[in-house]
Amino acid sequence: MSSTPATPPKVNRIGLDLAPYRGSKTTLCAGCGHNAITERLIEAYWELGIEPWSVAKLSGIGCSSKTPAYFLNQAHGFNGVHGRAPTTATGALLANHRLRAVVVSGDGDTASIGIGHFVHMLRRNVPLVYIVENNGVYGLTKGQFSATADLGAKLKSGAVNPLHPIDVCLLGIELGASFVARSFSGDKRQLSAILKAAIAHNGLAVIDVISPCVTFNDHEGSTKSYAYMKDHDEPLHEVDFIPFFADIEVDYEEGESRMVELHDGSKLLLHKLERDYDPSNRIHALEVLHEAARRGEVLTGIIYLETNRPTFTEILGLCDEPLALLPQERVRPPREALEQINEEFR
Amino acid sequence: MQASHQPPPMPAEQPQRLPRGGRIVNDFSIQVATVNGSGSQTANLVLMRSIFQMGVPVSGKNLFPSNIQGLPTWFTIRANRDGYIARKKEIDFLVAMNPESAREDVLALPPGAAVLYDEPLQLTGLRSDLHYYAAPFDRLVAPVCPEAKLRKLVRNMIYVGILAELLGIDPEQIRKALYKQFGERKKKAADLNWGAVQAGIDYARSNLPKTDPYFIEPMDRTAGKLVIEGNTAAALGCMFAGMTVCTWYPITPSSSLAEALMAFMERFRRDPETGKATYAIVQAEDELASIGMAVGAGWAGARAMTCTSGPGISLMSEFVGLAYFAEIPVVIIDVQRVGPSTGLPTRTMQGDTLKNAVLSHGDTRHPILFPSCPEECFTMAIDAFDLAEQFQTPVFINMDLDLGMNLWMSDPLPYPDKPMQRGKVLTAEDLERLGGFARYRDVDGDGVGWRTLPGTPHPKAAYFTRGTGHTEQATYSEKPEDWIRNIDRIARKFETLRKHLPPPAQFLAAGARIGLVGAGTSRYAMEESRDQLSREAGIEASWMRLTAYPFPPELEAFIEQHERVYVIDQNRDAQLLGLMRLDLPAHCIAKLRSVRYYGGLPLDARTVTEQILAQEVQG
Repeated sequence: MSSTPATPPKVNRIGLDLAPYRGSKTTLCAGCGHNAITERLIEAYWELGIEPWSVAKLSGIGCSSKTPAYFLNQAHGFNGVHGRAPTTATGALLANHRLRAVVVSGDGDTASIGIGHFVHMLRRNVPLVYIVENNGVYGLTKGQFSATADLGAKLKSGAVNPLHPIDVCLLGIELGASFVARSFSGDKRQLSAILKAAIAHNGLAVIDVISPCVTFNDHEGSTKSYAYMKDHDEPLHEVDFIPFFADIEVDYEEGESRMVELHDGSKLLLHKLERDYDPSNRIHALEVLHEAARRGEVLTGIIYLETNRPTFTEILGLCDEPLALLPQERVRPPREALEQINEEFR
Repeated sequence: MQASHQPPPMPAEQPQRLPRGGRIVNDFSIQVATVNGSGSQTANLVLMRSIFQMGVPVSGKNLFPSNIQGLPTWFTIRANRDGYIARKKEIDFLVAMNPESAREDVLALPPGAAVLYDEPLQLTGLRSDLHYYAAPFDRLVAPVCPEAKLRKLVRNMIYVGILAELLGIDPEQIRKALYKQFGERKKKAADLNWGAVQAGIDYARSNLPKTDPYFIEPMDRTAGKLVIEGNTAAALGCMFAGMTVCTWYPITPSSSLAEALMAFMERFRRDPETGKATYAIVQAEDELASIGMAVGAGWAGARAMTCTSGPGISLMSEFVGLAYFAEIPVVIIDVQRVGPSTGLPTRTMQGDTLKNAVLSHGDTRHPILFPSCPEECFTMAIDAFDLAEQFQTPVFINMDLDLGMNLWMSDPLPYPDKPMQRGKVLTAEDLERLGGFARYRDVDGDGVGWRTLPGTPHPKAAYFTRGTGHTEQATYSEKPEDWIRNIDRIARKFETLRKHLPPPAQFLAAGARIGLVGAGTSRYAMEESRDQLSREAGIEASWMRLTAYPFPPELEAFIEQHERVYVIDQNRDAQLLGLMRLDLPAHCIAKLRSVRYYGGLPLDARTVTEQILAQEVQG
């Protein structure tokens, strides 16, 4: 991204520079993990050459939910009510299934007040990218534990969390999301590849991103701090994303890497680290998550991926044109239809 | 038994209830008391339909418990030659099939009423001022229904046959209604039931000499009319409104609206070539989600709706405030039931009048339409979608259980005569021409800004929708002047909207000193009560039926023309009157009096008349 003032701005495959992919200035704290995620989103959409206007950004309430204002200023955004972005996003996609929807949520939004909507969105496999900016704490209300805080985690005040956390990835795999990943806001390379894969995926992509809160949860005793993640981040594999338009021969060694082709022809390369991991095995995915939790490790990477599960808008059998744009003659049955109906009630 | 002789025939035009021994034609009510889940619904509908087919104005009220099987249920049919179709307070003919409620039902009858009962119940000892008819239903059903497990259902048709014979209902009309009810595919079941009807007719003919004065005689007041539930008509209105997204959660009494909608959309709104749907109907996980999805869909440009009842509305409160403030069109149909809390979920109330007008926190006002009949359920559904998109705001349709779930005579549903009003939406071409837009700027002076839809292919199309304070350009702002300018513009929008609502209906009686005002289903009792006051007490009264909130300018004029105005409420706290108090000038408020009923049954005229008379006597 670095360029000298003399050279013209770099453009992507549709001829746009980064400006339309950026948003207004962040109002979050300096060093907030969320800002890094916003940066990765800007890069991902730009690199993929997605028309900004084709994206709809939705969120609930919380620090994370403010971030849709900070990227893609040429995309419609909707900052709604706390925990209920899955509903507004689902509705928007019913109205226009061609939209590329992205929901940015937080752990309070997703795992507490909105968990009812979250689990039903999973069940429906609503085709959108769902990012949980997970810091284990309520930032906007100044530092209360959230439902993803780990057992035994400490608040700044010294209060210890006595409850088990809700793992949104476990829920995602169990309840029907077709793409489930976890990453860390500080892992630029991995997060970037995962986001691009999620955008290319046809179906619901849930990405739980550990995103430290520098103000309320980055201290000793926190399990969502930069320091904790540095020591406990356990990548499942190295992730490479090759977009469908990239003019490169994908070359990989059987046994060392796995290749998954996504809906739009893009390719995902998962390079083996300590073990070979198959993200299409649902039972195994649940197992490795449980094991990692027992060891106190934070497993990151693409944990589960199913490329051919029908999405909610496909299940509904909607016509090709967005419902929102159908003209009157397609949505108001003719006079004869009403005459027929009237006759049936006589 | 008092009146044991056959009454002499009397001319059909005979007015009013006659002394014992007279003939009462086409002016009485029938109540069938059964056990919930015993399959009496079909029999009752056939009975009601056959009276309707004879050209006699009729209404049917299903009084059912919050239960699937076992509790008492009542179906009341009122036949009235003058067209009064409100619930009649007095029951004239009782069909007592339920051992549990029979005693109480009989004791509640007015003197001179008739009772057809299941013989083992032995009701004759309870009172001596009624006409009794006993029939051994179990013994009668056995020969016509060889299959024992079907007898529970089929025995209900026997009372239809007995009533036909006793009341003079044309058996041919019963046969027609019965076969219509069962449809082509269930001809065998229809044959079986028709056998039971005939068994009832035969039994009554040979064993039950007529002693009561009630008769049905053919008229010509129902030609061309429909018999339809309000929920069905509202669903049809939504379909012809061009609704594209409906998200809902099951709740009595609105579920049948969504279910009717699904059935009609499946038939009429699939693309003829591809078979694909030009709509989405989604059963959400709760009412928070159903309104959330509808708001999301409205934001993205769909004609979006949800339907629910009071408890659902309570849950939707936060989202409705967001939609009001972020200016997103959505239609919310509220089929009201009795609250607070779970309340009486299968009984009727107009309990959400105030709540819906100001739902959510902060400064909010929402338009409400008040349909009073199936035809208005249909036309107002269409109006609601137009208003929601024209004014970019949630629009409520306040129905109630009585309107939604009972069968009503209705004029044919009229095909919409104007095109869909999609409101102010800028396309990419518009943006190219204009060079941009400010989402919340009042460029036309009507308070309504222009919007764009997500997905509009233009770099200037996007704006940010938020429930937080914002400027005309939709950017975040906490400045007091930005807040006030915005919230005042939304208030201006509401004033513009006032001029686009369906007009009220009114009847001005010559020399009337009092007026009656009601909305929705209160109209039937209100109009009948007006006639009762005139006929029985010599008090002339006018009436006005409100069709929408914000209230029309005509309301103020109506109040000014009368000394006292009785506002009819189907709730304890006089909510319609309360809402009028918020909107009207002091000299009008001073004239308002309250008439209230909140027992959960459909409002009857007698209750209204008695409350008005009591207040008129007091002065």
